[in-house]
Amino acid sequence: MATTAKKKGFGSVIWEYMTTVDHKKIAILYLIAGGFFFVLGGIEAMLIRIQLAVPNNDFLSGGLFNEVITMHGTTMIFLAAMPLLFAFMNATVPLQIGARDVAFPFLNSLGVWLFILGGIFINLSWFLGGAPDAGWTSYASLSIDSPGHGIDFYAVGLQITGAGTLISGINFVTTIINMRAPGMTYMRMPLMTWTTLVASVLIVFAFPPLTIGLFLLIFDRMFGSSFFLVETGGNTIIWEHLFWIFGHPEVYILILPAFGIFSEVFSTFSRKRLFGYSAMVFSTVLIGFFGFMVWAHHMFTVGLGPTANAIFALATMAIAVPTGVKIFNWILTIWGGSIEFTTPMLYGLAFIPTFVMGGVTGVMQGAAPADYQYHDSYFIVAHFHYVIVGGVVFGLLAGLHYYWPLMFSTMLSEKLGKITFVLFVAGFHITFLIQHFLGLWGMPRRVFTYLDGQGYNTANMISTIGAVMMAIAVVVLVINIIITVAKNKQVGRDPWGDGRSLEWSLPLPVPYYNFAQIPLVRGMDAFWIEKEANDGKMMPAESLDDFHMPNNSILPFIMSLGLFIAGFGALYFASGKEWAISAVSDMPQHPWALWLLIIGLAITAGAMITRSLKDDLGYYVTKEEVLRDLEEEERGAK
Amino acid sequence: MKNRWMSAKWIGLIVFLAAFASGCGKNHLSTLRPAGEVGQEQFYLMVFSIAIMLLVVVSVIILFSFAVLKSRRSKLGEDYKPKDVAGNHVYEVIWTSIPILLIIILAVPTVYLVFKQGDVRGMENEDGGINTEETIVNVTANQYWWEFEYPNEEVVTSQELVVPTDRRVYFNLKGGDVKHSFWVPAAGGKLDTNVDGINSFYLVFDDDSAEESNRLFYGKCAELCGPSHALMDFKVKALPEEEYDQWLADMKAVEEPAQASTDDAAEGQEIFNNSCIGCHAVTPQGAGAVGPNLANFGDRDLIAGFLEHNEENLVDWIKDPESFKPGNKMTDQYDLSDEEIDKVASYLMELKVEEGSGDVESLREKPEEDSEEGGN
Amino acid sequence: MAHMEYNVPSERWPVHPETATLEGKNKFVGFWIFLAGETALFASLFATYLALKDSVPGDDHLLAAELFALPLAFVMTMFLLTSSLTSVYAVYHMRNNNFKQMQLWLAVTVLLGLGFLSLEIYEFVEYVHLGHTFRTSAFGSAFYFLLGTHGFHVAIGLVWITGLILRNAKRGLSVYTAAKVNTAALYWHFIDVVWVFIFTIVYLLGVM
Repeated sequence: MATTAKKKGFGSVIWEYMTTVDHKKIAILYLIAGGFFFVLGGIEAMLIRIQLAVPNNDFLSGGLFNEVITMHGTTMIFLAAMPLLFAFMNATVPLQIGARDVAFPFLNSLGVWLFILGGIFINLSWFLGGAPDAGWTSYASLSIDSPGHGIDFYAVGLQITGAGTLISGINFVTTIINMRAPGMTYMRMPLMTWTTLVASVLIVFAFPPLTIGLFLLIFDRMFGSSFFLVETGGNTIIWEHLFWIFGHPEVYILILPAFGIFSEVFSTFSRKRLFGYSAMVFSTVLIGFFGFMVWAHHMFTVGLGPTANAIFALATMAIAVPTGVKIFNWILTIWGGSIEFTTPMLYGLAFIPTFVMGGVTGVMQGAAPADYQYHDSYFIVAHFHYVIVGGVVFGLLAGLHYYWPLMFSTMLSEKLGKITFVLFVAGFHITFLIQHFLGLWGMPRRVFTYLDGQGYNTANMISTIGAVMMAIAVVVLVINIIITVAKNKQVGRDPWGDGRSLEWSLPLPVPYYNFAQIPLVRGMDAFWIEKEANDGKMMPAESLDDFHMPNNSILPFIMSLGLFIAGFGALYFASGKEWAISAVSDMPQHPWALWLLIIGLAITAGAMITRSLKDDLGYYVTKEEVLRDLEEEERGAK
Repeated sequence: MKNRWMSAKWIGLIVFLAAFASGCGKNHLSTLRPAGEVGQEQFYLMVFSIAIMLLVVVSVIILFSFAVLKSRRSKLGEDYKPKDVAGNHVYEVIWTSIPILLIIILAVPTVYLVFKQGDVRGMENEDGGINTEETIVNVTANQYWWEFEYPNEEVVTSQELVVPTDRRVYFNLKGGDVKHSFWVPAAGGKLDTNVDGINSFYLVFDDDSAEESNRLFYGKCAELCGPSHALMDFKVKALPEEEYDQWLADMKAVEEPAQASTDDAAEGQEIFNNSCIGCHAVTPQGAGAVGPNLANFGDRDLIAGFLEHNEENLVDWIKDPESFKPGNKMTDQYDLSDEEIDKVASYLMELKVEEGSGDVESLREKPEEDSEEGGN
Repeated sequence: MAHMEYNVPSERWPVHPETATLEGKNKFVGFWIFLAGETALFASLFATYLALKDSVPGDDHLLAAELFALPLAFVMTMFLLTSSLTSVYAVYHMRNNNFKQMQLWLAVTVLLGLGFLSLEIYEFVEYVHLGHTFRTSAFGSAFYFLLGTHGFHVAIGLVWITGLILRNAKRGLSVYTAAKVNTAALYWHFIDVVWVFIFTIVYLLGVM
């Protein structure tokens, strides 16, 4: 730690983060960028609720409202929820399995920069002629019809972030398969690692269909093809299939790591091992598997015919079974434990009833004929916020408080944390419970206003009040973070006192090489076992020796930047061309667009060739340095 | 603090149930006040599934509350060491099989209704042509208005759908520009109007329910279709069969545009014929026009599908449609002075179809070859 | 873990040099997972093609049966299948620590790949002359997107293997380069398998 103790200049810190391949620093990058986009998406949510607070409101126009809802959905799913989960996966998984880094540190860095630049790319649309306005699902007929370049920002930007996500998914699968410490068998892995593994496999299979769907959209809008143009034989339903073949597994990609966080939180703060571990693992895998067979339940009203609807209805209902198994195992984990009501645990406890409610409305939608009524109404809005906020966001907030000491070696204020908790959970239920009824009363979703006299007024006002409470909760959370960072009160090893898995066995702050010696894992809850048997000292699986670490590199940033630049080239390429679709053919021509596309791709290709031809063998951390660190740590402990 | 939160949850539940009991929404647009067979079946399925799910939610919450209450560290003491339990096979089997059982119970009516409500064979006659005995409506959804064509009677109208009560009404749905979704919440679930092909289904409107809601139901577009998606409403007028037949006969009797009665309206008609008729027909024929058919405009209940039906609103609408329905296709298609718009408005308000002018008997007598059209 | 040696002397050359190091193992597993993703990618492409293969705006537009020439597609298939075989030879020699032979067979693989790509470009030019382009119909869009994506993969593979040959020329064979050669060969086999599906689904199904 001799190097980290030195005060560094601001510029060198920025450079360090731009070139880092350390999974712990990449986790922080994900957390900061994801947190920023989360706040942005939250502001968009507030704009929506302000507009809908009263009937016939003209706070936002119809067009602007559609841009706001599209960006709210896109931002929250792709730029907030996923990256924040990646933050916690990066922060914990290598430590939980006893590795010094991920399998491909270089690709890890590439993943984060593709995400950040892709996210910025999408959001630049606000300043460059308007945001996408066809909903986060961007159904083809409307997204082809939508004038201007908004949809192009969506398609190209998601393509860039999607590439980053895919790379990260491959990386995690490989890491978990190959880099586990001796003794860390599959059936000893903490649930967070298991859910990361399954979610990453889902990413590997779910993102390519989205990539293809986005390419079809990009080609139609920017290069004159006719996949979705009905006049020349195109078919818009293809988009819906490809989008939902991605979109439904995406829901599980989001919820499974959140399940992982909750599993860790429940057993830690109940001081009890997870009940039914193997059933939990099995149900995780099963949920991931089923996740690919139910996509058409988003399309019950598309007119696929009764046979398809019946099959997908049954498959959808079947998912309730493994999910139910999980819920009951969590309850039995708590049962007979010794519950400490810390902030992460409170989120966990609020999650169970909330998620059950979101889950059962999901099964109700599986009953296809009833779904003809629910579909595209506010009932759906209520349902998916119950699972995504009640499941994923509660999980993220639990994870934020739980893993904060692991990431920053300080503790968030429990007092402010609990204020946030009460406001957020109460506000959430007030906002979304009533929306079930709005849907049943016949209010379609994605409406920018509603007329007076349809019975929607009170319910919408209640919903807006709840949203304000959630906003206040997030403000309190931000204040909490600022205070904690400013105080910078350091905590030591196992700050929660009840840590069970390997990550809590490490000294805080975690050394950049994680483990001085790779530990030997002697069972599930490896650290807990050693606490009982060995006073909390992990047994080493190797003798103290020099070990290998990867070099930092700026190339991932340059590769991402190249795609970012090329994105603008593609985006403006069709503008004003006579072969282009009518949405952009009236716009001014940009002769430089082609050059921008070529230059951008050349930058990326150049960086890739440099990477291939230049051997980057990493460096060695010497035994002496590690010994020095260990001594220093011992002194600090005394 | 946890306790307080839990009791707040119970209060919430009571409020929730109270709200449920008091508000099932409005007669003419709530899914909880079904107005016909299809909606009724879907409503039963909803209630059935809600009942099963409430059972699940309640049992989980009871189990969960017990678990939390009996396992608090403040109660058990700081040093309490819980016993580690690896799992329990009997429990696992129980909480796997009960949900499977519940799902099977729910699956039976689901699958039955999927096939029952998906059955539109009645639309076709034995030769695969269009069945002239049934009420069939071809719906075309456009940004942001609806066209309704009655292929058996060769009548076209827009924005206001007229249907007979107490019998199946079959719909053929398609999207004219982008995808929309056809939804009359009180009568039953929605079906998308795709741009790639035609979707068919049926709805039923009970006469009693129709009477309760003044014979008017609300229809909505349920798929995001552009800036004015929220305003793409339509009305459904559900009439007893004789009145419906009479209405169709009256519509069919209109062969040329209604003649204006006042000077203003007559001038308005001329202006209309010069500037508007390219998109708007004023006789109930010609499906697939650029703009809504206005043949019975004077009889309608709403302007542009959502504004109150009076001349003032009509004038405002024609003057600046963009301010009412952003993104509509009518804006800037004509150049009329305020005075001209007033005249056009007074002409349009006169476009009424004379009641009882048509001959109901002739409605059903149709030459054979007509049945070949529009049957896809 | 002590210092890793990449330049293993020939008497200690492992049976599987490509997975002799942790990096090698990671590359091997990671690349297989990448190929799983690629499979999903091509599956989506095939599905799109099958949905649109008969979708043309008018009767005057050419369809698969009028366009495709099986003999040409057959020759292309032979080129690519043979190149897959030669890449197996390269890996075989890599495992036997025979650097020169490995380089030679990699070069043959590149040449065969180039042959395939030239024929494909020739075929596309012919089609464009017949009015079957990316923009004229949904069938055209789907056809060029599927075959173009495959062709693009072939081109990437060619650049990749050529790059490998050049960098190996200076460095010789080590377990570090062995992992690189092995992944490139895996990739090349995958492209080949995809082509077999294209030949069956696009060409054979098209003319039948």
